[in-house]
Amino acid sequence: MFRRLSDRASGEVTFTFDGLPVRASAGDSVAAALLAAGVRACRTTPVSGAPRGPYCMMGVCFECLVRIDGMDNRQGCLVPVQEGMRVETQHGARALTTEPAQ
Amino acid sequence: MTEGMVRRGHGIADLADEYDVIVVGAGPAGLSAATMLARFKARTLLVDENQTPGGQIYRAITLAQSADRRRLGEDYWRGRGIAEDFLNSEAEYAPATTAWSIQSVQDDAERIVGQEVGLSSTGMARLIRAKQVVLATGALERPFPIPGWTLPGVMTAGAAQIALKTSGLVPSGKVVIAGTGPLLYLLAAQLIEAGARVSTVLDTTPRENWLRAFRHAPGFLVSPYLAKGLKLLRTVQRRTRVIRWVSELAAEGEGGLREVVWRAGGCEHRLPADLLLLHQGVVPNVNFSNAAGCAHEWDEAQLTFRPQIDEWYGSSVAGLSLAGDGAGIRGAEAAAIQGRIAGLGCASRLGLVAPAERDRLAVPLRRSLARAMRGRRFLDELYRPGKEFRVPQDPDTIVCRCEEISAGQIRTSVSAGAGGPNQMKVFLRCGMGPCQGRLCGLTVTELIADERSKHPCEIGFYRLRFPIKPLRLRELAALPQTQTAKVAVLADLADTHHSADWNERKPQ
Ligand SMILES: Cc1cc2nc3c(=O)[nH]c(=O)nc-3n(C[C@H](O)[C@@H](O)[C@H](O)COP(=O)(O)OP(=O)(O)OC[C@H]3O[C@@H](n4cnc5c(N)ncnc54)[C@H](O)[C@@H]3O)c2cc1C
Ligand code: FES
Repeated sequence: MFRRLSDRASGEVTFTFDGLPVRASAGDSVAAALLAAGVRACRTTPVSGAPRGPYCMMGVCFECLVRIDGMDNRQGCLVPVQEGMRVETQHGARALTTEPAQ
Repeated sequence: MTEGMVRRGHGIADLADEYDVIVVGAGPAGLSAATMLARFKARTLLVDENQTPGGQIYRAITLAQSADRRRLGEDYWRGRGIAEDFLNSEAEYAPATTAWSIQSVQDDAERIVGQEVGLSSTGMARLIRAKQVVLATGALERPFPIPGWTLPGVMTAGAAQIALKTSGLVPSGKVVIAGTGPLLYLLAAQLIEAGARVSTVLDTTPRENWLRAFRHAPGFLVSPYLAKGLKLLRTVQRRTRVIRWVSELAAEGEGGLREVVWRAGGCEHRLPADLLLLHQGVVPNVNFSNAAGCAHEWDEAQLTFRPQIDEWYGSSVAGLSLAGDGAGIRGAEAAAIQGRIAGLGCASRLGLVAPAERDRLAVPLRRSLARAMRGRRFLDELYRPGKEFRVPQDPDTIVCRCEEISAGQIRTSVSAGAGGPNQMKVFLRCGMGPCQGRLCGLTVTELIADERSKHPCEIGFYRLRFPIKPLRLRELAALPQTQTAKVAVLADLADTHHSADWNERKPQ
């Protein structure tokens, strides 16, 4: 889907996506790193379970939601990847551990 | 690169409790406003969600190399000066920081004496006061609700540009670009210059727009848009196939994009595709100004709502100004000038510049602004997206991506009594997902207007509330338990349950 320009590859970072190692460039957002690795869908919807992938890359659509280091609902397009990060597909709704109390 | 370009931003914990001015958004408008304010010695804080300054047009400009200049063009490179001026100023800069609320602070006589802005970054939230706030939150790409637009493999053309600017990623495989708008050919040309092999550009500009635009041709002919536009068109046409007068468009595939289907010249066409990039212009990102209670109006030329502003870019809420494309689409050059005028307005309200001096300084700025806006009317008319691409005719087309609500469901709910966007929330939960209506608001308004044979201005837009982005419990817990803080956060949450809503949603 995407390939990286040779003059733009900077320091290499390794993270995992659903347990598999993925190589990225320092400065990539998680969403960009996944696109570069050929990952199209990064979550399924809470309503119908349909697969979705990044749509806007600028923080407005919330289609890039992933689980990062155990925390659900991170906007992959706004979070820079980091060495050793654990990124996972987000399946439907997130666990009820981190949202505000009623 | 100067020292300034590498200056580090401030972490949220290091920010002061109070500033003269908080500017939200580090695009041309926000950068210019903050630079202007710092010049008048206003204690200024600029916050932006992104890691580096630049906003949309100048995204990642402080990291750009000469190869990026070649690929992205001189208009992009111009952003270096704007970013540099800001980074060399005394203004403080908090990157990777999201602003999620704003609340007026009143004195005992109930006069508004300032604003309290909710900020969060890397898991920490704070409420910071300012006497004046400038929102320069820019635009987003207009929703493009076609069948299949939620399939993985369908993105906006702007999203591909962002991947190119920030990560040097170029679309590969079978790539189709579709839509309309002054930026469509720019985005296509940039991707092509960067080495993307775009198989086809599907131009959805309606034929009749040319007639309507013609009246405004004189302004366009003397504007720089003409030469730039022709150059982009040539680049794209030389390197890829352009199909015009596309009247229907759909993305098809199971679990991901497989084919793009369109209708042109009365025939249906299909093309296998790995990536479909959609774009039909940009519209103001009104979520913040809407939630802040600013008055908005319908802009008929741009088919969108935009906040009302005065000659100093002040909104209807005291102490809150709006500059740049977030206040109405005028383009990047105009955004930078507006930012400076808004900065002058704030500086004057703070008593840092006398009104006469403010007016004198604004004269050349207003002149440049008028020049920068030449030709816009022509572009607005020419690139007005067709109704079939704004108001889905196929009842199965998804309108609200978050809650997966279709055009048919919305039309049926209108008949069942949901006469406006806010009732539609109650009926269908549309607009209540995490994007908070950013990707469906305009479509819902126009669909209801269509169904009720009314004008969108009679239908209105979602009434939005803070926090405009979901917060986490630990961010809330970290907030000081002052009275205002409690009111700001708890009232909002109690009102909307926005953040809770989308989390508790279970698969059905
Ligand atoms: C994806 C995209 C690509 C574009 N590319 C071009 C281009 O190449 N050339 C061109 O001429 N025009 C482009 N535009 C049009 C754009 O609107 C420009 O005219 C210009 O960038 C507008 O400047 P601005 O300062 O008003 O806002 P922007 O440049 O959009 O800057 C707004 C900034 O505010 C930040 N922000 C928004 N909300 C918040 C919040 N709640 N908290 C913290 N920060 C926030 C954003 O992260 C962004 O950095 C593009 C628009 C989009 C949407
Ligand atoms: S891709 Fe749209 S919010 Fe991240």
